[in-house]
This record gives sequence, structure tokens and C-alpha cells, in this order.
Amino acid sequence: MAAAIILVLVVVGSVAFHVLSPWWWTELASNWSYIDDTLIVTFWITGVVFVAVILFMAWCVFRFRHKEGRQALYEPENKKLEWWLTGLTALGVAAMLAPGLVVWHQFVTVPEDATEVEIVGQQWQWSYRLPGADGKLGTSDTRKVSYDNPLGLEPGDEAGRDDVVIEGGELHLPIGKPVKVLLRSVDVLHDFYVPEFRAKMDMVPGMVTYFWITPTRTGTFDVLCAELCGVGHAYMRGTVVVEEEVAYQAWLEQQQTFEQMTASAD
Amino acid sequence: MVERSLGPADIVPPFEVEDVELYHPKSWLTKYVFSQDAKIIAIQYSLTALAIGLVALVLSWLVRLQLGFPDYFTFIDATLYYQFITMHGMIMVIYLLTALFLGGFGNYLIPLMIGARDMVFPYVNMLSYWIYLLAVLVLAASFFTPGGPTGAGWTLYPPQAILAGTPGQESGIVLMLVSLILFIIGFTMGGLNYVVTVLQARARGMTLMRMPLTIWGIFTATVMALLAFPALFVGAVMMLFDKTLGTSFFMPAIVQGGEVMAYGGGSPILFQHLFWFFGHPEVYIVALPAFGIVSDLISTHARRNIFGYRMMVWAIVFIGALSFVVWAHHMYVSGMNPSFGFFFAVTTLIIAVPTAIKVYNWVLTLWRGDIHLTTPMLFALGFIVTFVSGGLTGLFLGNAVVDVPLSDTMFVVAHFHMVMGVAPILVIFGAIYHWYPKMTGRMLGETMGKVHFWTTFLGTYAIFFPMHYLGLLGVPRRYHELGVTSFIPDSAHTLNAFISIAAFIVGAAQILFLFNLVWSWFRGRPAGGNPWRATTLEWQTPETPPAHGNWGKELPVVYRWAYDYSVPGAKLDFVPQNQPTLSGG
Repeated sequence: MAAAIILVLVVVGSVAFHVLSPWWWTELASNWSYIDDTLIVTFWITGVVFVAVILFMAWCVFRFRHKEGRQALYEPENKKLEWWLTGLTALGVAAMLAPGLVVWHQFVTVPEDATEVEIVGQQWQWSYRLPGADGKLGTSDTRKVSYDNPLGLEPGDEAGRDDVVIEGGELHLPIGKPVKVLLRSVDVLHDFYVPEFRAKMDMVPGMVTYFWITPTRTGTFDVLCAELCGVGHAYMRGTVVVEEEVAYQAWLEQQQTFEQMTASAD
Repeated sequence: MVERSLGPADIVPPFEVEDVELYHPKSWLTKYVFSQDAKIIAIQYSLTALAIGLVALVLSWLVRLQLGFPDYFTFIDATLYYQFITMHGMIMVIYLLTALFLGGFGNYLIPLMIGARDMVFPYVNMLSYWIYLLAVLVLAASFFTPGGPTGAGWTLYPPQAILAGTPGQESGIVLMLVSLILFIIGFTMGGLNYVVTVLQARARGMTLMRMPLTIWGIFTATVMALLAFPALFVGAVMMLFDKTLGTSFFMPAIVQGGEVMAYGGGSPILFQHLFWFFGHPEVYIVALPAFGIVSDLISTHARRNIFGYRMMVWAIVFIGALSFVVWAHHMYVSGMNPSFGFFFAVTTLIIAVPTAIKVYNWVLTLWRGDIHLTTPMLFALGFIVTFVSGGLTGLFLGNAVVDVPLSDTMFVVAHFHMVMGVAPILVIFGAIYHWYPKMTGRMLGETMGKVHFWTTFLGTYAIFFPMHYLGLLGVPRRYHELGVTSFIPDSAHTLNAFISIAAFIVGAAQILFLFNLVWSWFRGRPAGGNPWRATTLEWQTPETPPAHGNWGKELPVVYRWAYDYSVPGAKLDFVPQNQPTLSGG
């Protein structure tokens, strides 16, 4: 009896916690509302299953608790019931998987008009690179990293000379424009993580990874590292500012290009 | 599959086997230390696993001290914190859960439940334990080595794991890798034994489709482990080479502290594939024995046949096979080719179907049962709650796009603790309460057991259920302090403190359990041979605890499946597997 009541209370408590929880996702600042929607669908389907299964169990524990003279039913299987339950489960799974796959397709398909931005992780800071007037990022090589060339740009590559290089500063992004974020690391794994954007991806030394977003809300957002990268992991912070085009251009004007950087170093 | 009635002609004469092939111990040393008796080896495995598990428990307390009260325990710096979480995770997953389910319960239950005298290779079985012990000692030694144990996270991702900036990169990581290699060697010896024993040494009449689900779970998990652990073995050897010989299996060109290192051309993602090719089956290597055991606990204590036995067996086999093609769902944001996401999301969500069937069949076994709320039964019920909760959150993380915002947050920590921490451990406890009488001849204290259950079950639920919401908020995992972060409100810190307090209470409750284990050994109520009135063979041994060789002169002959509870027309509400007729005799 007590056990059944406690099981019911666990269900009631869990649902109440979910409804009343002040801990919920951050306000979205990118185009990935579909991710949030898929999450909500998943919450509903799994929530209904959780409540149904545990309440049924609690009812069984109450209704069929041992009493003098009770005889359990001998029924090895019930094909019909088992296939019904299998079918319904498959349906529920499909209802979560289908939107998930559709949105994943969007997630991995970068729009044609996306501008490229590069983020480079190193223990334990973020650096950024934006294409210059030519709209192209120059090539890079980790072996070329030096004090004067922190991101390892290929010095001989013309396309890289006008690239804007920001070492350890803020990243600004214009609102409403799709961005393909190219990710690099020069040492260990990192992960550029802005909860408000929803999207994230590991940075892996030796390769370039990516994700894409369209910022949809102006503001200043904390950047965290989401992939364990050593003792400084929790301190690897940064800032992203999403702003209107005019403010963005004004900010961009003030940044140094790779050419200016190397020139000032000489 | 069920013989309702047997005529006298169907009764097979007793099968006499002289047990000359067994090596009987001649001294205390060969009886209790270098024993070749699977039952003694099982207890050695279990006690060793529990001992190193206590270390992991203390580590989890230290982790929670830091997370709950980051300003008070200044001695826990980032270095120590990462060492604590790494060792806690690795000990729990490998050295406790895997060792206890397979080395502990596997050794104890396989020969007894299938009606064998012992494992087929008793000497190799003994070696398996001693190599496991060596692996544990090497692991424990890393606490005392310069630089301390590795703090690379239990996933040991390179390049970080072997580079400066990660705690324990001096020697801790080397000891960790050597210990894993030893563990796998030891496990392989035991694992081959379990598989061959199940396939070759079953009693007459014990067809595969009459085996208790406990054996199906352990058997399938062992086959999986024999296929999955080699991937980890290879990964560990390669990383050891990268660390000690300067090879570059997992190491691309790297710049650290302004210096270009000598590495180049390796792939960090290759390690992740190897790790998770082992790591995901590992989840089921722990879960399948738990599934099997909990099926038997529920059936026995609800006095009802397990519902849908054949479906349960096929679900175990299907889950085992599928779990080899889902590994990269741990890697949706790893930087691997994003197209993989489609395939792995589909396979991962498909695995939910057989898993859900198992859950339905457990609760349908309760339906119209005669439920005795014994301590093992309570633990089985607690398992269902935590497993359903943890399994359902797996549908979030398995669905590639939903995983993107949640990966590397506390949601993941909450999910895997619920599903492969709490749920299997509740089964371990339930199983210990269930089989302790067979191992010792005495019952474990029932009141202490119930206090232990409710504190552990409700406590762990209070720890891990709210933790999901911290992850949903965006709180990252593997942060020893959150500092000032704009999206994390003060209330999140309050919730963290609450979770920590719950963790201390749960941890303390385990002391009661340990006390119960020791106290009942001497003072527990005498159990008799079959205190739960169970059908399976281990309860039908001539002696309790069973002697070496298990069965005396006559091996049992099996006439029925393991779930003849409350059969209409039978004299008692259970019919042992070796009983020829319903009425006994």
C-alpha cells in the first residue's frame, strides 16, 4: 500500500517539478526553433509513456499485493497484446525520429548565402577570423602557428592577407544573416558553446568542423567550452555580440587584418 | 515451451556423474584464496568490486562537495576535481559494474542456474580473478604516483589525455591504460568461460529456451563484451604508444605553449570511434545482466511467470546485436561526418522498441500477480522507475538534433547516471538481497533492507531527476565551478546544493547496507535451501551454501522452463525446474 502511494507520488512529483521548474532552456537567439520544437515533442511523448507505465505499475502493486489465498494468473504470453504494444511503441518512436531527421538535415545543410567565420580554440582561449574584402578565408596550417601568427595562417596565401584576425577578443555577428561557423583547434578538443544558439560542435585539431546559425536576437552572450580541454576548461570563456548590420560594420572597421598584424610585428 | 502434464514415461532417470574432473581443494589456501570454485571466485570478484566501488563512492562525495558548495572546499581545485570525476566514472563503469555483473553474478549464477558443477575451465577462471585484482591494484596505484591519477575524463579523449594541461599526464594516464589492458585480458579469460559453460555444460533438459532470463542476460552481455572490449584494448594500446613511444595514432599536428610538437597525421576522432565501439555496447553489457536478473526477481516475488518469455529472450538478443551499430550517437557533435547522424539516429531509436517491450513485460508480469513486497522486489520496482526515466531521456540524446543543445551538459550526466548508474545498481542490490541466502545460508536483515531501499531509491531519484533540468538550462558538465555566467541563475546553485545533500544521504545509506552484509553473515535468520520458493535450479541444491561441485552425486535434470509459478493444478505456487510433475515427486 505504502509502496504504491510512494510510486504515485514519484510520478506526481516529477510532473509537478517539470511544470513548475524555473530551470528551463535559455531564450533562443538563433534560427534553431525547430530543435526546441523537436525537444517539446519528445518531452510530450516520453512524458506520457513515463506517467502511464509508472502509474500502471503503482496500480498493480496496490491491486495485486499479496493477500492470503491470492492466486496469480498463469499466462506465459499474449501475442496480440505484445504486438499491439510493439506497434504503438514503434509509432511513438517514429513520431520523434521523423521530425528529428528532418531538422538534422537542415542542421547539416548550410545555406548557400552563409558567410564564413572561423573560430579557433586553444588552451584556454578563443580566437576568431573573418574573411576580408575578398570574402574568402585564407588557408591555414597548425604547424605555422607562432607568436606573430597565432592562428597559423599560410603566409603565402593571398586570400588570407586581408582576413580579420581577433585574438582572445569578442566575436560580433550581424543579426539575420546565416553564418557558417568553421571550427579549428591547434591543441586539444574544444567546443564552442553558446546555449542561446542551440547549435554547437567540437573543434578537433587536424581538421575543420562546422555548424551554421542565423542569429535572430541582438544581445551579448557568454561563450563556454563544452568539451573537456584540461584544467582550464571551466575558465575558457568568451563573448559573442549579435548586433544590427550598422553596428556590426562599425565594429568590423576597427579590427586588424592579418597583413596589418604581421606588419606591426615586424 | 511449457509442459502442462507429464506422464511417468516422460520422467528421465537421474543422471549420475562422478565429479572426478573437478580439482578439490586440499588446503585453506586453495579453498578460499587460490580457489577454482566459481562460487568462491564470484565472491572474490564481488568483494573486490565493492571495495573499489567504495573508493568511487567517496570520490562522488568529493565531487558533490565541490559542485554543491564551490566556495567552501577550496582544497578541491580543478586538478583534483578532474581526477575525482575521471576515477569515479572509470571505476564505476568498468571495475565495479562490469566486474560485479559478469565476474560476480556470472560466476555465481551460471553454473548453478544451468545445472553445471562449475565453469568449464576452472583454472582459467581463477586466473581471471587474479588478473582483475591486479588491474584494480594498478588503477589504485595511480592515486599514489607523481602527478596523481589521470584527470582526462573517463572517456580519456586524446590529444588532451596525454598532453600537459591535463592532470595525471605524467604517469596516471599510463597506469590507467595498463590497468584497462589488464582488465580486458582478465575479463576475456572469464568471459570465454561463461560463454563455453552456457553452451556446453547445461544440465540435461536445460534447453536454451528454458534458461532463466538471468542467464540469457549474462550470456548475451558476455558475448558482447568479448566483441566490444577488443576495440578498447586496441585504443588503449595505441594511446599508450602515443604517450610513451611518441607515435601519432591519435595525434595530429599540435601546438602547445607556443611550441610545435613532434606529433602529426593522427586522428583524435579515430580514438572516439574505437572508444564508443566499445563504450556503447558496454552500456548494454551492464544493462542486459540487470534486465535478466530483474526479470527473475519480479517473476519470483510476484509469484507469476515472466510475461512473454520468448519475446524477452529475443529482445535481449536483438538489443545486444543492435547495440553494435549505434556507437556514434555519442559523437553527433564530435566533428565526424555529419551524414552519419542520420544512420545512427535511426538505429538508436530503433533500439528503443525492444527495450520498451522489456519494460512492458515487466509491468505486465506484475499485473494479476501475487506481489510480495520483499526487499528484492522493492529494488526491482525501483529499477523499473529509474530505468524508464533514464531510458526515455535516452530518446532525447539519441535523436541527433535534440542531442546538439544537450550534449556535454548536465542532462547527459543525469541521463547516464539514471540509466546505467542507478538502475543497474538497484538491480545489484536487489540481487544481493535475493541470492545472499544461497551464498551464506542466512537472510539479510529485512528492516535494514527496506530502509536501505527507500533511502537509496528516493535519494538517487532526487539527485538525478532535477539534474536533467540543469542541463536543459545549459549548465555544462565537467565544470568544477560555474563562476559568473549570465544564463545560470542563483537558483541553479541552490539546486546544486540540494542535489549534493541528497547525494550525501544516499552515500551514508550504503553504510547501513555494508553493516547488514556483515551482521547478517553471523546473526541473520537461517534461510533454508529455498527461502523465496523459487523455481530455478540454484535453489534446489542439496546443500546451502552449495558445496564444491554444486550437486552432490546427481546432476539435476530439467523438465520445464524457469517460470512455473502459480500453475493451475499444481500443489504449490511454484514448480522447480527439476521437478518432473506438477504435483511433485
